[in-house]
Amino acid sequence: MAEEQRIVLRNADQINPAKLEDYLQAGGYQGLEKARSMSRADLIAEVKKSNLRGRGGAAFNCGLKWSFVPTDAEVSYVVCNLDEGEPGTYKDRIIVQKDPQQLLEGMAICGHAVNAKQGYIYCRGEYPYVVELLNLAIDQARSKGVLGDFNIEVRMGAGAYVCGEETALIESIEGHRGEPRFKPPFPGVSGLWGKPTVVNNVETFANLPQIVFNGADWYAAIGASTYPGTKVLTLTGDVEKRVFIEVPTNVTLREIIYNYGGGVKSGRRLKAVQVGGTSGGFIPEYLLDTPIDYDSMRSIGATLGTGAVFVMDETRDVVDIVTHIAKFFKEESCGKCNPCREGTFRCYEIMDRINRGRGTLPDIEHMIQLGKVMERVCLCGLGQASPSPILTTLQHFRYEYERKLIS
Amino acid sequence: MELVKLKINGKDVEAPAGSTILQAAENSGISIPRLCYYPDLSPMGQCRLCVVEVEGNTLLPASCVTPISAGMVIHTESPAVIEARKIILELLLANHPQDCMTCDKMGDCRLAEYAYQYGVRDSRFVGEKHNYAVDESNPFIIRDLNKCIQCGACVRACEEITGKDNLSYMYRGYNRKVTTADDVSYVDSDCVFCGQCVAVCPTGALTEKQIHGKARAWELQKVRTTCPFCGTGCNFDLCVHEGQVVGVKSSPDSVVNGRALCVKGRFGWDFVNNAQRLTTPLIKRDGNFVPASWEEAINLIAERLSEIKNKYGSDSFAALSSARCTNEENYLMQKFTRAVMGTNNVDHCART
Ligand SMILES: Cc1cc2nc3c(=O)[nH]c(=O)nc-3n(C[C@H](O)[C@H](O)[C@H](O)COP(=O)(O)O)c2cc1C
Ligand code: SF4
Ligand code: SF4
Ligand code: SF4
Ligand code: FES
Repeated sequence: MAEEQRIVLRNADQINPAKLEDYLQAGGYQGLEKARSMSRADLIAEVKKSNLRGRGGAAFNCGLKWSFVPTDAEVSYVVCNLDEGEPGTYKDRIIVQKDPQQLLEGMAICGHAVNAKQGYIYCRGEYPYVVELLNLAIDQARSKGVLGDFNIEVRMGAGAYVCGEETALIESIEGHRGEPRFKPPFPGVSGLWGKPTVVNNVETFANLPQIVFNGADWYAAIGASTYPGTKVLTLTGDVEKRVFIEVPTNVTLREIIYNYGGGVKSGRRLKAVQVGGTSGGFIPEYLLDTPIDYDSMRSIGATLGTGAVFVMDETRDVVDIVTHIAKFFKEESCGKCNPCREGTFRCYEIMDRINRGRGTLPDIEHMIQLGKVMERVCLCGLGQASPSPILTTLQHFRYEYERKLIS
Repeated sequence: MELVKLKINGKDVEAPAGSTILQAAENSGISIPRLCYYPDLSPMGQCRLCVVEVEGNTLLPASCVTPISAGMVIHTESPAVIEARKIILELLLANHPQDCMTCDKMGDCRLAEYAYQYGVRDSRFVGEKHNYAVDESNPFIIRDLNKCIQCGACVRACEEITGKDNLSYMYRGYNRKVTTADDVSYVDSDCVFCGQCVAVCPTGALTEKQIHGKARAWELQKVRTTCPFCGTGCNFDLCVHEGQVVGVKSSPDSVVNGRALCVKGRFGWDFVNNAQRLTTPLIKRDGNFVPASWEEAINLIAERLSEIKNKYGSDSFAALSSARCTNEENYLMQKFTRAVMGTNNVDHCART
C-alpha cells in the first residue's frame, strides 16, 4: 500500500487514547502552549496563513472564520461538530477514538483565539462509546489542568442528519428542534444563545495543534496549494480495502482507489465513484485523475465533502443507487423550507417511478429543472446539495435512466 | 440614518443600512412576493418565494432575510427568479387540495394570488398528497392542515402576539406538521381561541367557522369599529353581508391592538343577531317590563334621581361604572355623579 502522510492520525495506534500521559509524551499540548504565548490576533493570522480550510464540507478558511468573532465579545463559544451523519463517513469517529486529546487541544487553541471559555462537542447520537471516551479525556485534561480555564462539555444528537448543519446543530444544543436558521447572521456573529460562536469540524480542530506548533508555512506547503494539508478519507463500496487513510490533498482519486484501496473489488471495472457523502456528485472513470482537493473536485462538478469515497463497480445500477439516495434526502429533510421539503419528496417519487420502469422522458426533464432550482433556493446546504447525485448521474450516466423509461 | 446605495431592477436606489432586500425594494415601490414574511412577526425565511437574484451570488437568496450591502445589484423578476417561484408554487400546489371553488379563503388566499400572478395552473409534480382529518373540534376555528403551506405564521403569532405558545412543529420532512403539543385537536390543547393564528394564515388552513359558507371574501363589507367587550378599545372590522354581521377580522393597521384580539372580540359577536336582543329601553310597569322610548326612559331616570337627591341628600347616591365602558363613558359617569348628583361616591369595577 502507498505511503500515507499522517498529521491528525500521527498518534493513531501509537499511543493509548485513554491516557493523557501518552499524549503528553508524544508532544501533546505543546501547540496550545505556543498558541497561548501568542496574541489572539497573531494566532488568528497564523491559522489564516496556513490556509487550513474546514474539513466539514464547506472548506471555509478556518482563520478567516475565527476573525469574524467580534474582538470585544464578552461571551463566545467554540463548538465542535462531531455529528458525522454523512453515510459512508466515519473519519471523525476514528480521529477521536485514536486521539481524543488532540481534539481537545485544538478546541482550546480556538478558544484562545476567540476568547471563549466554553466549548461544546456535539456528538452523533449513534456514538455513545465515543462520548464516554471524550468525557474520560476531558476529566483527565481537567485534573491535569492542561486546558487551563477552557471548559469542554459533550452534547449528544438524536440521529438527525440535518443536525450536522451548523445552525441546526446550534438549535439542537439550545434544546430546540434541529432546524437550520437563515444566514446571515452567521454563527461567528450570532450563534449559540445568540453569542458569537465558532463551529468547526473535528478534523479541522485536530489539525490545529500541529499547525501552531510547526508553523503556518509548514502546513501550507503540504498537498494542494489552494487546499493544503492532508485529508482523512474513508473508502467504502466495491473497493478491495475498505479502509480509512490520511493522504496529502494533491493525491488523485485514481491513486486513492488503486494504490491505497487496492483497486476495484474482484478485479472488476469501475463505473463511478461518489466522493463526499450522499450529496456528492457521481464521478465517472475518465475523471479519476483529478486530485481530491476541494477546488479540483468542484471543477469537475463534484465535491470533497467529508472525504467519504464510495466506489461502484461496473455491475452497479446507478439509478437504483440514486433512488436510495433520494429516499435518504426525503427522510432527512427537516421540512422547514418549501423547496426542500416538497422537492426532495417529489424527486424521490420520480426516481422511484423511473427505477421501477414507469418513468417517462418528461419526468427526467421536470426533475432536472426542479433539481437546478433546489440547488439555488433551498434554505440550507441539505436541500441545496441534495439534487447533486441526480443531476450528475443524469450528466454522466443518462443512458442508465433512459433504458429504464417506459418505451 | 446611514443610507446604502444599490441597484434594483436597473434602478439606482437608496435604503437605510440594515434593511433587508425586501424592505429596500418595497421602499422604492418594488413589491416582492412573500408567503412567510410579516412585518409584525419575527422573520423566518421559510417559503423561499421572495428569492431574488443578486449579481455575484450563485444562490438565489431570500430577500426577506438578506441584508442589503453597498453596491448590490439585484433583480427581483429575472427569468431565473420567475422560474424558481413557479417551481415553488408548483410544489405547493402539488400538495394542496385543489378545491378552491368551495374554499372559504377564496378571494383572500395568498397562495392562489401568487399562482394567478405567475400563471401556475397545473403542477407537474403531483403525486402523494396529505390526507389529514380536518379539525372541527371547536365552535370557532376550522383547521384543515391539508391546506397548510408551513409558513409558520400561526406558530409565531401564537407565541409572539398572544404569548400562548400553543403551536409548534412535529415530525420531519414531508410529514412535518404545524400543530399543537402532542398533535391534539385545538379543543384539547392549551388554546385560548384568540384566533391570532387564523388572522395571519395566508391560506385556507385556518378559517373562522362562523363565517363558513356565508359570503365570499369580496362580498364582505368591512366596517371598522371598536370592540364593545372591554375598555381596552381594540379595533376590528365587522364583516357585513346583506345587512348582517357575519364575522370579525382584525387588521395590522389597528393602532391600539394591531392584529391581536381576544376570543370575545373575535368570536363573541353573534349576540348582535340574536332575536332576544334588547332594541329599546324597557320600563317596569305593574311588575312587567314593557318597551319604551329613549325619551320616556331618560325622563323617568332624571325624575327618580332628582327625587332621591332632594329627599335623602347627595351622598345617598353612589355610582359604580364598568370596565366594559370606554374611558370616555367612564369619565362622563364620574362627571355626572360629581357635577349633577353632587357626590364623590364614585367607583369602578376594575378598581378592586
Ligand atoms: C445537511 C448538512 C449536514 C452537515 N453535517 C456535518 C457533519 O456531520 N459534520 C461536520 O463537521 N459538518 C457538517 N456540515 C457542515 C457544517 O454546517 C459546517 O459547515 C461545518 O461544521 C463547519 O466546520 P468546518 O469549517 O471546520 O468544516 C453539514 C452541513 C449540512 C448542510
Ligand atoms: S433545505 Fe431542507 S434541511 Fe435545509 S432547511 Fe430547508 S427543509 Fe430543512
Ligand atoms: S387561537 Fe390563539 S391560543 Fe389558540 S392556537 Fe391560535 S393563536 Fe394560539
Ligand atoms: S396553518 Fe396557516 S399560518 Fe399556520 S403554518 Fe399553515 S399556512 Fe401558515
Ligand atoms: S417571504 Fe422570504 S422566505 Fe418567505
